Formats: sequence, C-alpha cells, structure tokens
Amino acid sequence: MRVLVGVKRVVDYAVKVRVAADKKAVDLSNVKMSMNPFCEIAVEEAVRLKESKAATEVVAVSVGPKQAQETIRTALAMGADRGIHVQTDLRTDQELDSKAVASILSKICADESPDCVILGKQSIDGDFGCTGSMLASLMSVPQCTFAANIDFEKKTVERETDAGTEVVAFPSLPAVFTADLRLNEPRYATLPNIMKAKKKKIATLSASDLGVDLSSGNEVLEVFEPPDREAGVFVETVDELVGKLKDEAGVI
Amino acid sequence: LARYAPRAFRAAATVRRSLSALAEEEAFAPLRPAVTMFSEEEVAVRDMVSSWCKAELQPHVREMDREGEMKPEILQSLFANGLMGMEIPEEYGGSGMNFTSACIAVEEVAAVDPSFAILVDIQNTLTNNAIRFWGSQELQDKWLPRLATDTASSFCLSEAGSGTDAFAMKTTAIPSADGSYYTMNGSKLWISNSKEAGVFLIFANAAPEKGYKGITAFVVDANTPGITVGPKERKMGLKASSTCPLTFEDVKIDASCVLGEVGMGYKYAIEILNEGRIGIAAQQLGIAKGAFNATMPYLRERKQFGQAIGDFQGMQHQVAQLATEIHAVETMTYNAARMKENGLPFVKEASMCKLYSSQVAERVASKCIEWYGGVGFTEDIIAEKFYRDCKVGSIYEGTSNIQLQTIAKIIANEWE
Repeated sequence: MRVLVGVKRVVDYAVKVRVAADKKAVDLSNVKMSMNPFCEIAVEEAVRLKESKAATEVVAVSVGPKQAQETIRTALAMGADRGIHVQTDLRTDQELDSKAVASILSKICADESPDCVILGKQSIDGDFGCTGSMLASLMSVPQCTFAANIDFEKKTVERETDAGTEVVAFPSLPAVFTADLRLNEPRYATLPNIMKAKKKKIATLSASDLGVDLSSGNEVLEVFEPPDREAGVFVETVDELVGKLKDEAGVI
Repeated sequence: LARYAPRAFRAAATVRRSLSALAEEEAFAPLRPAVTMFSEEEVAVRDMVSSWCKAELQPHVREMDREGEMKPEILQSLFANGLMGMEIPEEYGGSGMNFTSACIAVEEVAAVDPSFAILVDIQNTLTNNAIRFWGSQELQDKWLPRLATDTASSFCLSEAGSGTDAFAMKTTAIPSADGSYYTMNGSKLWISNSKEAGVFLIFANAAPEKGYKGITAFVVDANTPGITVGPKERKMGLKASSTCPLTFEDVKIDASCVLGEVGMGYKYAIEILNEGRIGIAAQQLGIAKGAFNATMPYLRERKQFGQAIGDFQGMQHQVAQLATEIHAVETMTYNAARMKENGLPFVKEASMCKLYSSQVAERVASKCIEWYGGVGFTEDIIAEKFYRDCKVGSIYEGTSNIQLQTIAKIIANEWE
C-alpha cells in the first residue's frame, strides 16, 4: 500500500503571532516555522503503517516556498521514503486556498495512485479544515475526517465530533483520511534519521507543471486581532447574574 | 593566504556594486556564510533537540534538581533519540553528525537543564571522541556501539591532590610482568555522572618513575571488580548530575583497555580537553540564553509605576548589554567549532570561548534574578537554578585562570 501524506509549513504553534502593520496579513518576519501539528500526526500514522508492514511506501507532499523542503525533510526524518515539493511563492496561510491545494494534491494522486491519503484535519494558520474533503471529492473517493483511530482491517474510522465519537465504515481504498489530535502521538525525528533523510529524494514541481490554476476565489480584506478581553463585572445576587446573562449577554 | 583574502574580497565587493548585471555578479566567488548560518541538518538538530527538551525534559527539571537524581527514562530517551552518540559513525549505531551539531545539542539541552547538558557534553566531546581518535579497532568495536545506544561514560582525571596540576596524579596502573594486564590503585575525585556511567575513561600512571610521561588512558567497564563509586557530592548546582569520588583497589585491567599508546595519556588528556572546552562554552551559552529567554517575558508582564518594567531605560540598557555579550559568546563558540572542523589550530579560540562564556553566563544568570525582583530569589522561578548551575562553568574543564594562562602563552609565542 502506498500512503501519501500532506505536510504544511506553518507558524510554529508556540509563537505569539502579530498582525502586520498593513493589517493585510500576519507578520511572518523572523518567525519560527514548523510542520503543522496535525500534519505531524498524519506522517506518524503513515510511518506506523509502514512499520507494521501494512504500507510499503510513504510519500510526503508539501505545497509552498523553497523552505517547504525543510518540512518535507522533517517528514523524511520521521520515516517517509520520498518527498514531492510543489513550489509556489504565494502565501500559504492566506493566498493559497484549500481548493488550490486540493487540486494540486488530486493531480499528484493521479500520477502516484496512492492507496490512502492522510492529511492533517486543519492547518493552524488557515484553520479552514477543507482540503481533505475537497480532495476526496475531486478524487471521487471516500473521506473520513477528524479520524481519532483508523482500522484498515475492519475498514472503520472513529471520528471525533462535538457530540462524541462516532464510528464510520469506509467501503474501500483509496480513501482520504484527515488526522485528529487523538490519532497518535508523533515521534521525534531521531538524529540518525535526520542524517538518513539527507539521502532521500525530493522531487520539485510547479503548479503549472500540474496544470493547476492557483488563483483564489477569496480576497483577504483585513486581518485584525480579536478585541482585548474586558474586565469582568461583580454581581451581588444570583438573580442579578441571571438577569445579566439573559438581558445583556443574551445567552439564556 | 589569510592576509590576502580580505583585500581581494573587498575589491570584489566594490566591483560587484558598480556592476548591476546579474551575470557579472555570478562570475565572482560565492558568498561566504555567517558563523551563525547552520546547515540544514544542524538546524534540524536544533529544532529536534529543543522540541525534545520542551516535552520530555522541562517538566521534570525542578524535581530532579530537588532530588539530586536523573530520571532513568529521560536518560534512556536521550540515547534513543541519538543524542549520546552524535559524532559516532552510523555503522556503530551513532548519529554520524559533526562537532557543531554536538555543540548545538549541548546548547539546547543546557537552556533547559544544564545537568543533562554536561552529561551529553562529556559523552560526546570527551569520551566518544577520545575513543574514536585514539582507540584501537577492538576498543572502538567494543565501546562505540554501547556509547551510542545505552552506556553513559565518565571522564576520570582529577584527584584530591591534582586538579589543575593534573599531571601530579597519584593513581597508578602498574603493568604485570608479561604486560598482559595492569593493576590500578588510587582514587579520583569530582567525577561527573559516575553514578550513571557504565564505562570510565581513567587516566593513571603506568610508570610513575617517568613522571607525567607514564600517564596512560584506560577505557574501563564500570563493573570491573575493585572499583567503588563513592557517595554523591552535595553541590551548589548541577544537582541532578552525580559527582562522586572513585576508589581503585587492585583493579585488574586488561592491556586491551589501554587507549592508544602507553605513556601518551597526558597528551590525549590535553588534546581532548582542548576541544571539550568548546562543548563547555556551548553549555554556558545555553545557560545564558535559557536564563535570558525565561526572563524577558516577565519584563513585559511586570508593571510598576503604571508601566512594564522592561520599558525603563535602565532595564533596557542592561538587557541590551547582556544580549550583546550572549551574541558574542554564540559567535565565538560556533566559530571555534568550525575552526576545529576545518582542521585549523583552535586551542586559543577554544580557551577564549570557555573563559568568556562562563563569565557571561554568570553575569546573565545573576542579572536575571535581579530582573525578576523578589520572586527571582525563590524556587518558583528558574533564574536561581541557572545561577547555581553556571558557577562551576568557570571551574571545571580548566579553571578561568588556566584559560587565561593558555591564551597568554599562545599570544606570547605569536609575538616571539
């Protein structure tokens, strides 16, 4: 089984982001970038499939600038076999949208014919959570999103929803899975594996090579921080509390 | 050649500026990297080690300091992730990386727990490298795989009567009549990580009548009968790192344990410690950065007289001064590492970065406590731990006075 994983280079989860002066985007200068945490979980799942001999090859794909190759290298150091880098200088946190990425991935899947595609459920910069579903639709294959557990034998997936865990069955492979936080705990790339990753191959393509139009249907008008949290109000009685919740906050 | 290069470079830069066409620019020599520009693998090492430290090491630092113990699971994880055999070749199960990568790992670990950093430093820059440089094939085959995967080591040079005056050591290892084994008697003091170590690199005199020219290095299994590891010292800092005396009573050591040649131990000790100094500088750099980074957010949070204390000019000047010194230590340390990798003489530079980094670490750690104010004096804040941990930096692996002496001697030779 060949597994294809998507890995996205995003602002590191620990960074406190700031809005750029022109209010058009987040300020990325000198900011630490890392692999999207949900993509790490996707890579981990794929590598485990290889270790259990269920998969024979893991291919890591990233769409982004030249530095996206570092992210692919991290996937290779975690155990992926080879990488594909689709080069673009569009901002991957807002100019490149889910439809463009899904279109690119579907073209790659047409060439690579993976039996299974695992993506992160969402990226921590865009947070759209659409790419996996769009890809499955473009490929006309089943989708199992927010996967907290995938059983390839029984062909079932446990999905995390707001109401709780639901178990869905997928009829066949190929299928697209998107990884939820609970799917696994990703490994560190051990130092020997970082060195081994140097020898693994990364192919570079451009969107035009794949015949994909990257123009977005959306335009970002403004990026701003949420309003500062205001000080709370002390109430004297429960009645006053209920009154405020009903009349002022409008939540009951 | 070094004298001509700067002039040629300046000329090239002038010509490059006056010609705007890209083609002409590309005809000149490629741009030389900054000292702090690291290779892709070196960046990957830094990222991986700092992630590992944050998740696996950080939550247990205070407890291990209080208990004076290293948690075995963390030690195992160090091995499993390849941090204990960084320059050991892949064939032996090591990570096959370069010296700079080892320094980066030491720095990143030190920024979280200097006790673990000294363990990683001694293993990689002293024991592993000494065995790789001078060990027989048999010794390398026997120990390198174990050092890479599960065996910690200790560097056993100092004694009660010989610290800086290392060659005045009293421990002897007298050869048997047929030379097939040595009998070791004596003791060592201040041996780092001796409780955890599975192997000791011991310096002892195999021919006391020859003075220091009898000193020989031995690679000895910690379980060898006759070796006793004494109780841990109660130290001011680096508490999680065990520091114990060792006693040797008629310890029989096979001749195959001799590292390199008999009587060359003094030379091996000097040479390996010269490079080990760069590793210590990396540790001190990590301490300085760790303390500084742990304190900067507080300068924004803490408000007095209606403003963040980080906005007072007095504070800003102190921050700028120390950030400058940390930057100087960083460039010195990694420059010395590159000089070593490039086969250039580096003894002076290694001494300089060890000397200066320990001074800067102490200044930074001390100021960080002050910047925190009263709470910085408590165990609630990590600054006091960095302050306690950094003090030995100006003492071990060559005291600051010795570093000054080393630097002065080399400079005197340059001006002969």
